[in-house]
Amino acid sequence: MVESNRWKKTPMREQSAEERVNNFDEVPFGYSEEEAMAEAERCLGCKVPFCEQGCPVEVPIKQFIQDLKDNDPAKAAQTIWSTNTLPAICGRVCPQEEQCELQCVLAKKGEPVGIGRLERYVADWAMERGLDAESPAERKGHRVAVVGSGPAGLTAAGDLARMGYDVTVFEALHVPGGVLMYGIPEFRLPKALVQEEIENLSKAGVDIQTNVVVGTSITVDELLEDEGYAAVFIGSGAGLPKFLGMPGENLLGVYSANEYLTRLNLMKAFKFPEVDTPVKVGKRVAVIGAGNTAMDAARTSLRAGAEEVHVVYRRSEKEMTARVEEYHHAIEEGVQFHWLNNPVAFLGDDDGWLRGMECIKMELGEPDDSGRARPVAIEGSEFEFQVETAILALGTSPNPLVPSHTPGLETEFWGGIITDEDSGATSREGVFAGGDVVTGAATVIQAMGAGKNAANAIDRYISERFGS
Amino acid sequence: MMYRIVEKRDLTDVTKLFVVDAPMVARRVQAGHFVILRCSEEGERIPITVADFDREAGTVTVVIQEVGKTSAAINDLAEGDSFVDFVGPLGQVAPMREDGHVVCVGGGFGVAPVLPVAKELRSRGVEVTSIIGARTQDLVILQDEMEAASDQLYLCSDDGSCGFHGFVTQQLEELIQSGTHIDEVVAVGPMVMMKATAEVTEPHGLKTWVSLDPIMVDGTGMCGVCRVTVGGELKFACVDGPFFDAHEVDYEEALKRNKMYQREERLAYDMYKENRHECRRGGAVSG
Ligand SMILES: Cc1cc2nc3c(=O)[nH]c(=O)nc-3n(C[C@H](O)[C@H](O)[C@H](O)COP(=O)(O)OP(=O)(O)OC[C@H]3O[C@@H](n4cnc5c(N)ncnc54)[C@H](O)[C@@H]3O)c2cc1C
Ligand code: SF4
Ligand code: FES
Repeated sequence: MVESNRWKKTPMREQSAEERVNNFDEVPFGYSEEEAMAEAERCLGCKVPFCEQGCPVEVPIKQFIQDLKDNDPAKAAQTIWSTNTLPAICGRVCPQEEQCELQCVLAKKGEPVGIGRLERYVADWAMERGLDAESPAERKGHRVAVVGSGPAGLTAAGDLARMGYDVTVFEALHVPGGVLMYGIPEFRLPKALVQEEIENLSKAGVDIQTNVVVGTSITVDELLEDEGYAAVFIGSGAGLPKFLGMPGENLLGVYSANEYLTRLNLMKAFKFPEVDTPVKVGKRVAVIGAGNTAMDAARTSLRAGAEEVHVVYRRSEKEMTARVEEYHHAIEEGVQFHWLNNPVAFLGDDDGWLRGMECIKMELGEPDDSGRARPVAIEGSEFEFQVETAILALGTSPNPLVPSHTPGLETEFWGGIITDEDSGATSREGVFAGGDVVTGAATVIQAMGAGKNAANAIDRYISERFGS
Repeated sequence: MMYRIVEKRDLTDVTKLFVVDAPMVARRVQAGHFVILRCSEEGERIPITVADFDREAGTVTVVIQEVGKTSAAINDLAEGDSFVDFVGPLGQVAPMREDGHVVCVGGGFGVAPVLPVAKELRSRGVEVTSIIGARTQDLVILQDEMEAASDQLYLCSDDGSCGFHGFVTQQLEELIQSGTHIDEVVAVGPMVMMKATAEVTEPHGLKTWVSLDPIMVDGTGMCGVCRVTVGGELKFACVDGPFFDAHEVDYEEALKRNKMYQREERLAYDMYKENRHECRRGGAVSG
């Protein structure tokens, strides 16, 4: 019998650190029925559920937990699906500690309700039983095109399909899912699960066409004018990796995190030569940056055979942007963290291979534009560091491919598409956008929230413009 | 969606031409564009410059030279087989003049990507001289097609088995020396040949374009593996190129970067050849 503790979350069992660094399997196992019930019992069912205010897609949290308490997980699933199309994913990758769980009343005195874990439990329960969200409404007779199949695009597509629109999603890669497939690793988000969530959308009538690069294979204008789409939603993400222009950045062994993770996640390079895509992971790996991407690159490196993995970050632990749980997992697995160290050059051998890195120590100075303390180099503190592989996880920006092929679509100087915050409407009539392509690299749930708002706005736009 | 091979032609023992059913690519593709393709679910994504296209038929032609496992596996495909993925058009259209005289240089398997450029230039009324070559006569590809796409064609072979005895770059040098007026040069082939072409034309101040073929993954600017240094600046060949000003490219770096997976490529190729051999032997026994 699992007892619930008033002030503590029901623990979730997981693979031990020693075991899991040798495989790519998911780390936490998820709650059993008993554990989920124990955790659900902790919820006070507040009159004003603050948790829900912390959720970007307004999941009826109190209600779905109540459904669980009533021993009706199928109803809990429908409750979640009423606002969230991808709960199995959100339950695993959302930064709950900054959202719903941050707002939970229990968090004032102890640990909040494990909302993310319960969401995962319900979604997995429903998935195992092949349950789907309730079937689509009457057809509207209008088509909507969605560019990109990341969480923003998938959410917009799912919501529009459920409203009765005929939705086609165009994806540049050969597999749909965006960052969920190519970026976030298997051990954090099993790929079969992502594909199953996408399969559910297909069942709801969403047509997904892979291998189509909107902009070059077909333009937004062609979609609107020639192909008969009443509106277009752009959710093409922020896929463009940043480089620093540091000496030696093009040495062999220096990867962008996007390349490294794509090789390993999407192309399964850890299975080479069983698959054809190779990757080279040295004995000593340095990861530069300290966001989710950096944690993923670091932990993936351990699993792909690195002996030592060093995360090098020019700011301090406090400024780190990764999800807390993943940071803890990384520490448990033996990733070493070097705060306040800034790489200044990559050093190579005669054949162009990376052999080391030159770093300089930093100290924290005055806050910068982002409000975080600005790191300042300590003169004369340069030192060398031996590594064979370096992974740059310095952030990404929106890919200019779609905007540059869509005349009249206005963007910020840094590439983000300019939209009306509530509706996602862009400077082009009938064209909406949301997710990382608007905000720059953010989170899965924010992208989903943007997809959801845009779906509603597209519905209003089409009804007004074409009648429904 | 599968991308069916509607026609396969042997250009040489190791170079095959495929006409692929890919209507969406065929609709917008232009000279200089490339596609990314995969031949199996375990396959890698590789970039191939388009050699020809037919918008009406909805087909795109690519030429594959066997240099490793992936190209070998592709060349073992037959008519009626399909690529599992075939995405494009990618990259920028080749920079092309509207008038004057352009020399198109194609080395070895580089003749294939030069062909659509020559064709397009000619259709714009530009005078096209082509110089194509290979190590030996048997390896020369698309001679008839290049002949038809050019006002004059020079054929070269390293061993003298056909045409001019020497490299395409030597023939180019001769042409320049002969005093013929040339406005631009477009050269595609192995990196060393493109570098040599740049060295020939630079002293004459002759504008020259080369098409780089770095390792790629996505082909849309997402991974940065295709980064090259051009004029001291970082460029992504998949979205900024593949054509660049020949006199600005850092060839040394590009050559090194292309060797990143040399060992892995050899391993995969050897394993593939062994299996292929066994399949054939097995076939012989049972047949
Ligand atoms: C390694 C990594 C780990 C992360 N971890 C977390 C986490 O734990 N929690 C969290 O909340 N967030 C995390 N994030 C951030 C989160 O994944 C993104 O914010 C989110 O995926 C953005 O969704 P999106 O739909 O806007 O774009 P994306 O997921 O980037 O999807 C965009 C899609 O559009 C496609 N596309 C691009 N251009 C075109 C085109 N021209 N035509 C057709 N298709 C196109 C792309 O191929 C891609 O599939 C992580 C990000 C990374 C990289
Ligand atoms: S705030 Fe916490 S306790 Fe209150 S309803 Fe939400 S999850 Fe339950
Ligand atoms: S191939 Fe990935 S950015 Fe060019």
